[in-house]
Amino acid sequence: MRSPESPPSPRLLSALARVPVARTAAALALTGALSACNSVVLDPAGDVAQQQGDLVVISTVLMLLIIVPVMALTIFFAWRYRASNKEATYEPDWDHSTQLELVIWAAPLLIIICLGALTWVATHLLDPYRTIGRIDAQTAVAHDAEPLEVEVVALDWKWLFIYPQQGIATVNELVLPTNRPLQFKITSSSVMNSFYVPAMAGQIYAMPGMETRLHAVMNETGDFVGLSANYSGAGFSNMRFATHSVTGADFTRWADGVKAGGKDSAGTLDRATYLQLEKPSEKNPVARYASVDADLYGAILDMCVEPGKMCMSEMMAIDARGGLGKAGIRNVEMLAYDKYGRRASAEANANPDAAARRELAWVRALCKQEPGKAPENTVKAPASLRSLTGAGLSAPQSVAFDQNDDAPARPLLISRN
Amino acid sequence: MEAVDHSHWSLLLGRLWWDAIPTEPIVLATFVVVALGGAALLAGLTYFKLWGYLWKEWFTSVDHKKIGIMYMVLGLVMFLRGFADAVMMRIQQSIAFNGNEGYLNAHHYDQIFTAHGVIMIFFVAMPFVTGLMNYIVPLQIGARDVSFPFLNNFSFWMTTAGAVLVMMSLFVGEFAQTGWLAYPPLSNFAYSPWVGVDYYIWALQIAGVGTLLSGVNLIATIVKMRAPGMTMMRMPIFTWTSLCTNVLIVAAFPVLTAVMTMLTVDRYLGFNFFTNDFGGSPMMYVNLIWIWGHPEVYILILPLFGVFSEVTSTFCGKRLFGYSSMVYATLVITILSYLVWLHHFFTMGSGASVNSFFGITTMVISIPTGAKLFNWLFTMYRGRIRYELPMMWTVAFMLTFVVGGMTGVLLAVPPADFVLHNSLFLIAHFHNVIIGGVLFGIFAAINYWWPKAFGFKLNEFWGKVSFWLWIPGFWFAFMPLYILGLMGVTRRMRVFDDPSLQPFFIVAAFGAFLVALGIAAMLVQFAVSIWKREELKDETGDPWDGRTLEWSTSSPPPEYNFAFTPIVHDIDAWDDMKRCGVQRPTSGFRPIHMPKGTGAGAILAGLSLVLGFAMIWYIWWLAALSFAGVIGYAIAHTFNYKRDYHIPVETVIETEAARDRQLAAAGA
Repeated sequence: MRSPESPPSPRLLSALARVPVARTAAALALTGALSACNSVVLDPAGDVAQQQGDLVVISTVLMLLIIVPVMALTIFFAWRYRASNKEATYEPDWDHSTQLELVIWAAPLLIIICLGALTWVATHLLDPYRTIGRIDAQTAVAHDAEPLEVEVVALDWKWLFIYPQQGIATVNELVLPTNRPLQFKITSSSVMNSFYVPAMAGQIYAMPGMETRLHAVMNETGDFVGLSANYSGAGFSNMRFATHSVTGADFTRWADGVKAGGKDSAGTLDRATYLQLEKPSEKNPVARYASVDADLYGAILDMCVEPGKMCMSEMMAIDARGGLGKAGIRNVEMLAYDKYGRRASAEANANPDAAARRELAWVRALCKQEPGKAPENTVKAPASLRSLTGAGLSAPQSVAFDQNDDAPARPLLISRN
Repeated sequence: MEAVDHSHWSLLLGRLWWDAIPTEPIVLATFVVVALGGAALLAGLTYFKLWGYLWKEWFTSVDHKKIGIMYMVLGLVMFLRGFADAVMMRIQQSIAFNGNEGYLNAHHYDQIFTAHGVIMIFFVAMPFVTGLMNYIVPLQIGARDVSFPFLNNFSFWMTTAGAVLVMMSLFVGEFAQTGWLAYPPLSNFAYSPWVGVDYYIWALQIAGVGTLLSGVNLIATIVKMRAPGMTMMRMPIFTWTSLCTNVLIVAAFPVLTAVMTMLTVDRYLGFNFFTNDFGGSPMMYVNLIWIWGHPEVYILILPLFGVFSEVTSTFCGKRLFGYSSMVYATLVITILSYLVWLHHFFTMGSGASVNSFFGITTMVISIPTGAKLFNWLFTMYRGRIRYELPMMWTVAFMLTFVVGGMTGVLLAVPPADFVLHNSLFLIAHFHNVIIGGVLFGIFAAINYWWPKAFGFKLNEFWGKVSFWLWIPGFWFAFMPLYILGLMGVTRRMRVFDDPSLQPFFIVAAFGAFLVALGIAAMLVQFAVSIWKREELKDETGDPWDGRTLEWSTSSPPPEYNFAFTPIVHDIDAWDDMKRCGVQRPTSGFRPIHMPKGTGAGAILAGLSLVLGFAMIWYIWWLAALSFAGVIGYAIAHTFNYKRDYHIPVETVIETEAARDRQLAAAGA
């Protein structure tokens, strides 16, 4: 909550975008047609996407400061110094002017200095790994606000959403409560995709065996489109999912409904069901699972959903201890994921070999790992934005931070581990 | 998704079997047309007994001018193919709404957008740029050929062999369905098991050898073979930008070769550089390919910046404003182009500081680029601008390119990129700079130097028709894409749900239609000009009142370019000579030492083509044989000592006398 003592601060990003002149110029720049159509990028439903959209507008306006004069001069010179115009001065040997040279290097430089400063600040504030500090321009995130966690898995060619707090999962349907911080953990099962809900926030890649993060918030209720923004094979075009932004109460009701099951429910999402779901398919209808294996997402991330597969983290633990030498060769099949990995392991599962199982048990005993635990790499929203601001400049986004917070100011730039 | 089993393999033919012949009606129809057209062409060449002429005078020639022209022809042919792909995509995207699947299935459509990108960059833009540099650079620096004439011929044929492989994939097997940079894991064996990606790899590897060698060749030429008096700071700007481009080629292309090799061993030998399992990292591929890929875009644009500089200066009748500032701007761009690659994947999850760094370095590139633009602007200032076709394309470039540059800087702001990455906004941006910069530059260059290469000007009427179709066509085709990007529409989509998007795609398709007419008008322009070449004849060798050395010799130049090596005293050497009233020497000629043509380049490239094909289809015996052939022939060629000859002094005297008569007739 914003404290009464806090000084009224112009919010750098959003404030600039709200300057009427800037708005007007931007509207002109982005053509009349654009204002008529539904530009979700410039007019989204979530605060993060809104700030990103504003940044598009501000940067465009900054650059138009130099682009418009250049274009005007080009047209003017092209017309003025046409060969048929004998009135115009002709100086065939004039080829240097130190003053002009200074101007033509300095003018773009100045614009880039402004834009560079803006970029530095905005990139840090809108880092998708950073927890959000504000719900919208007027409201800070409450201290006790519990973010909604969603684990996102890009499959060939549909999206799986796991709600660990609710213990439910959906396919091709993302339901989100408004005005509550959202925390996405994103991975993929086979190839690279990009998780993108234009109305909510910018995209981030979904990559197999790796986890990316996205923090966002929805401010308006409504139905939106989500999609994969990175080509991923034959079924890519249909990798769209419905995104419903609903009130907190409606969200709870919806989650309870899914959890209760019923005749439309897809039942339980366990490892076997997931392995079926993972197989390539297109245009999958929405499916809702009333319960999910608690460790499923971790196993997907660790590439060991399939029985008989060694988890990546286990192999890394073995390698960290210097590997197993020749003995380790036996692990190869357990580790194969791409190529014939699935086929080989299906065969192994069909004909369980006692030796192989002993081997697996031995490896597991060797390194007590907790499969599926990705390192915590979220960047927390800063307690203080002091280091982002220069002398006399008020902090961008400062409305989002409680001035009464007596937590010690931490250095802002927390490195990712 | 159709599950076709392509696991057949035999010792004799490898993976090649009847199922390699596509069954899609569109491809079959294209195949029939191409086969008939090709047969007619071959029959025509045979009927008019042109094979011997082509082989002796062109294919085996080491003359940089002929090789330059062959590069341009290759670029033009591949441009038509790449543009056909573009039209197919525009049609598909303008009809695939409301449950309509369009007329292309995913397998076909995904090959088309991959092929479009690969062809336009590697086999259109690169041959055009290399062809221009090949033709113009030696003439501009007063040299008789490049440093390594045989290597030049070999480079051309390797590039052509790559192009042939891409074209083959249309009718034998398939092309990659991965997007033009073939990101793994999708491009790895697990997810693309058949021949598509292998065609991609081998086409790029073989063409890459050609590109790299031609880069080495041109650097050596520019550094070592300049006419006396031409210091570095007296080189024409086009030569400067060519030098920087070739430095970029030599530094960047090995990275591409390496990353392709890693993908190859992943696919062929089960290595794990870029797999998901066994510690492979697809992210490493993305980094490496862009460490090559970003300099590549500057490789393409820099020479055209040079073209615009030459054209502006010539048609304004004025020295180029800020020559040294132009040179330093080029050098700064050359260096900075290596520090920005990460801006192609801000969305991969790098930290905010890394993203900011690459965002800001990207923006910094716009400073020297802006300086260049101002330099052209102030060259026009107080000039006498003649609006011939090259100058028209230049002004169109200046107005178009700034818009593309602006959207590029916008995309360099990471949070803005998060919402626009991989969207049609991005597509519009890079077409805005590549068409508005590279292609318009090529058109300016073709219109500018055509009279030099062939001795007659291009028809102006059809050139203007083409220009006035291209410019609105371009804006109609790409403005809707900018808007669609802001509406959250992603690239590489085959079908759409939202019917409100359709009007924009129809407008874009209309734009592509205008561009198609523009291309047709350009072909008509070439045809009409050749038809009426006597009327358009350039007797003087200097039809535009040029300023650099290539205009001091006849059009087309004699095989030896210059009977005497010119001596340079100023930046615009030929303009300086004209002002000082330098007379053509009419006596004292000597025999001229020249390199001799050889078929080795074409033969080695042919063997490489066979090697590539055999590797793609797993025909191991043929691969081994052709590899041995390449190595064996290359060694054998080193024993060929008949590599040079002298043009007899009589021939030189005769050629120069003919030139004198021509000049006298032209009243010069």
